[in-house]
Amino acid sequence: MATLPHNPDQGDFETAATTKNSTSTVKPNKAPRVRRDKVTSHESFLTYGNGRWWKTAIVICVICFATYFLIDVQPRHNGGSWYGYTLGTIGFGLILWLTMLGVRKRAMTPGRWSLKAWTSAHVYLGLSLIVIATLHTGFQLGWNVHTLAWSLMMIVILSGLFGIYVYATLPKALSQNRYDEDGAITEKVMIEQMKQLDRQLHDAAQPLDPEAAAIVEKCLGEDAFAGSFWKRVRNSYPGDLTRIAMTELRKLRNFRPRTDDDPFERVETLLTKKEALLAKLRRHLQLKSWLQAWLYIHVPATFALIAALTAHVISVFFYW
Amino acid sequence: MSFLVRQIALKASGDEIVRAKRVDGDEMKIGRDSSCGLHLADLGVDPEHALVTQLDETHIEIESLNGQPFDVDGQQVQRKELDVTLGSELKFGSHRIKLGQDARSRFPTFTVRRETPVSHSNSDPDTNEAYTLKGLVPGKRMSAWAFAAMVLLAFLAWPIWSYASYSDLALKKDAIRPAGFHGDKTWESGKLSLAHKGLENDCQSCHVKPFVAVRDDACQTCHTKVHDHIKGGEAGRARLAQARGTPTGFASFQRAVATTFNKPAGRCVECHTEHEGAGAMAATQQKFCTDCHDGLKSRLPDTKIPDAGDFGTSHPQLMPTVLVDPRPVNPVMKRIAWTPDAKEFNGLKFTHAQHLSTVNGVAQMVRRRPQEFPDQTGLDCENCHQADASGVWFKPVVMEEACQTCHSLTFDKIGGTFRTLRHGEPEMVVADLRGFFAAGGPPRPINLESMSRRVPGDRALAETASDYARAVRFYPTEAGQAVNMLFNKGGACFDCHVITRTGGAATAGYGIQNVAQTQRYYNKGWFTHAKHTQEACVDCHVKAETSNDAMDLLIPGLDGKGGCRTCHVGEGGAHLASVKQPVESSCAMCHDYHMDEKAPWMTRQPVSRRASFDRKRNGGASQPSLK
Repeated sequence: MATLPHNPDQGDFETAATTKNSTSTVKPNKAPRVRRDKVTSHESFLTYGNGRWWKTAIVICVICFATYFLIDVQPRHNGGSWYGYTLGTIGFGLILWLTMLGVRKRAMTPGRWSLKAWTSAHVYLGLSLIVIATLHTGFQLGWNVHTLAWSLMMIVILSGLFGIYVYATLPKALSQNRYDEDGAITEKVMIEQMKQLDRQLHDAAQPLDPEAAAIVEKCLGEDAFAGSFWKRVRNSYPGDLTRIAMTELRKLRNFRPRTDDDPFERVETLLTKKEALLAKLRRHLQLKSWLQAWLYIHVPATFALIAALTAHVISVFFYW
Repeated sequence: MSFLVRQIALKASGDEIVRAKRVDGDEMKIGRDSSCGLHLADLGVDPEHALVTQLDETHIEIESLNGQPFDVDGQQVQRKELDVTLGSELKFGSHRIKLGQDARSRFPTFTVRRETPVSHSNSDPDTNEAYTLKGLVPGKRMSAWAFAAMVLLAFLAWPIWSYASYSDLALKKDAIRPAGFHGDKTWESGKLSLAHKGLENDCQSCHVKPFVAVRDDACQTCHTKVHDHIKGGEAGRARLAQARGTPTGFASFQRAVATTFNKPAGRCVECHTEHEGAGAMAATQQKFCTDCHDGLKSRLPDTKIPDAGDFGTSHPQLMPTVLVDPRPVNPVMKRIAWTPDAKEFNGLKFTHAQHLSTVNGVAQMVRRRPQEFPDQTGLDCENCHQADASGVWFKPVVMEEACQTCHSLTFDKIGGTFRTLRHGEPEMVVADLRGFFAAGGPPRPINLESMSRRVPGDRALAETASDYARAVRFYPTEAGQAVNMLFNKGGACFDCHVITRTGGAATAGYGIQNVAQTQRYYNKGWFTHAKHTQEACVDCHVKAETSNDAMDLLIPGLDGKGGCRTCHVGEGGAHLASVKQPVESSCAMCHDYHMDEKAPWMTRQPVSRRASFDRKRNGGASQPSLK
């Protein structure tokens, strides 16, 4: 990938997609993606090292399939043949190594054994495990601890696959969501904006009569981060207090005489602003929950898998 | 009089800012409205919420202005009289107001603090956690440990406990675990074969000791009468070991790994693999035979057994046991290598081709007797050859049942009764003929009767009388002639039997070569006709339609037309010539390791059960059925 020198005169900027906690507020104008590809040296873990690891994984799968069909295990393939034990041992080692990503990712190092290289290998070798472990079973599945281990492994791999999918598709939506006419905002800024809006609302509502003030106060008391897991992943918040406040205030205002400098008007403007900010925040929360949720399956299932693997291996030797 | 109001606000650093204000007059309003003496910027407070009135130097009264209550020392009230020297705590909306008396001026003081932030967002949510799923779903760490612990308990601890509870039942033939689910059943990799179905719930019956591979003593708890492969006890076992040879290359590596993991060689379970799925137990795989028998001579130079590998490619020629001398007692038999023109002498003359023809006199005779041979254009094999009860072999051909329907031994008819010669008893045959001729006489000439018409004169009568007298005189001597005719060419006996001149006087010097029939030609391998019923006889016994010599051995061999390899290929499908409908055949189809009198395990299975097993083995594909 060609890497051009950065040139601030041409509007060089860091983008939310390439920087963590970006504080830039410059909004990219047209076609930022094309430029970004040119100017950044960013290389996804999916294509790391010119695809070194997916090529390796394909070679592994091809070798596994070829040996599976060439080696005649009688009466039929199963995990208990010498070939089955070989695949099983490789699979077991691979699973333990793949699990080490959790340890490895807490220590970042550059170069050949960089975290990116490690992640790339984790993804592709993890996918090749589908072939290795399934051939290890010889397609003999049943209601036992052996198939339990296989199933847990498949859950881990499929959840990981889902994770790759969301990592590949959602960050773009995430950064798009964070841009507004004033540029990109960070999570911290989002909260700051919310605080400020709330304070403004609070001040603007001071002249209101008790009934209207109570409505605004209720709205101010709402936790923007509240809501169950399902609300968050679906970005669906029925009965949102900000919207209710807007409706109620509008209803009240309908029966009042119009005056200049109507405090209602100010409050309503602020509520509209708040609603937009809330929508942005909640979309952000939704995207982030998708980016995170798969790990809540991936990680616990990995530990269950290692436990099942332990039981699987011990059971084989116990009833040798 | 005045009131002192101190508004306390918090700086970002946490320090307090105090803004003090003096409100003159005997009355002071508390409310959100900025005109109020005690102004609270609090949406929970009414614009004009309450009125504070000074009663005397130490007492004030607070009263709600519009019916909205407020808190005094935790109690909700509309109106309250308070002693400022005692102090008090008021609460309006989110504000807490401490009431007291200024020590110097003696004015009532109101110290105001905001208790809760103006909005939820201003309560400073933890940015690091607010954007995560923390608190919404069970934590990763917690669920990881919980799942792992559950799996270990259910699939490791429980099975081990199950084993430990019943391990003392091992090696006891009739000891079984109580019905119900046992934890170690979750370790079962596949169902047991039908033969061991009863042990399904009793892991310990084979898995006797933990971490010790299944040993023969577990099998021998029930299988007490298993024949050894070769005789000779310890010496035999040593010979077996020698035949197996020392593994080399990858095999030696495998052996070393197996030894490292405590798996000794030569156990029953090496051939008889279990947990391969419900159904008949898998037949022993070819490699367990060929490990020794392929290239056996090189490891066991004194063996008489030829080397044998895959049936399709490297099986030695079949060796039928044939009759050499069919003597009555202990007929001499010999194992010969099969050749297309191999001979066997069973003492008979027989023309298979002539008898099976559909265009000659034999066929014509069959067609003329539709009662006995319905819808037949000629003789069929089964008119003479009948399978025995097992269907494996054929019953010996019996002359009286097979041959005699055509080859009649009738020689006389008295009334409606035919008299026949006794088959198998040449002395009786000769005696019967001699008796027949001694007891009877020639037919009396019709012209000797007084009433009969005759030519004039005596001459003719005298000639007839003298001829008749001579015929009567010599009639008994014709028995010898008849006997000679019978035992010589053209005679009934000679047609089928080999006649010698070794007999005694009782048989007029004639002797009959004894006849014997071979029931089983292949004694080292197993062949069953019962599994070949869909084939025509001549598909295998191809020479039957062309051979007119009883000496021709009509038994098929390994190759050639009608040979076993016409259909049977090696275990893996290997073959030398092209095979139309290949039947994969491992050693176990014809041979049995344990060398008992029974059929090999594989042929003992009904075809249907074997087919279902084969389907499983081949991953669903049915093997071509035995034809």
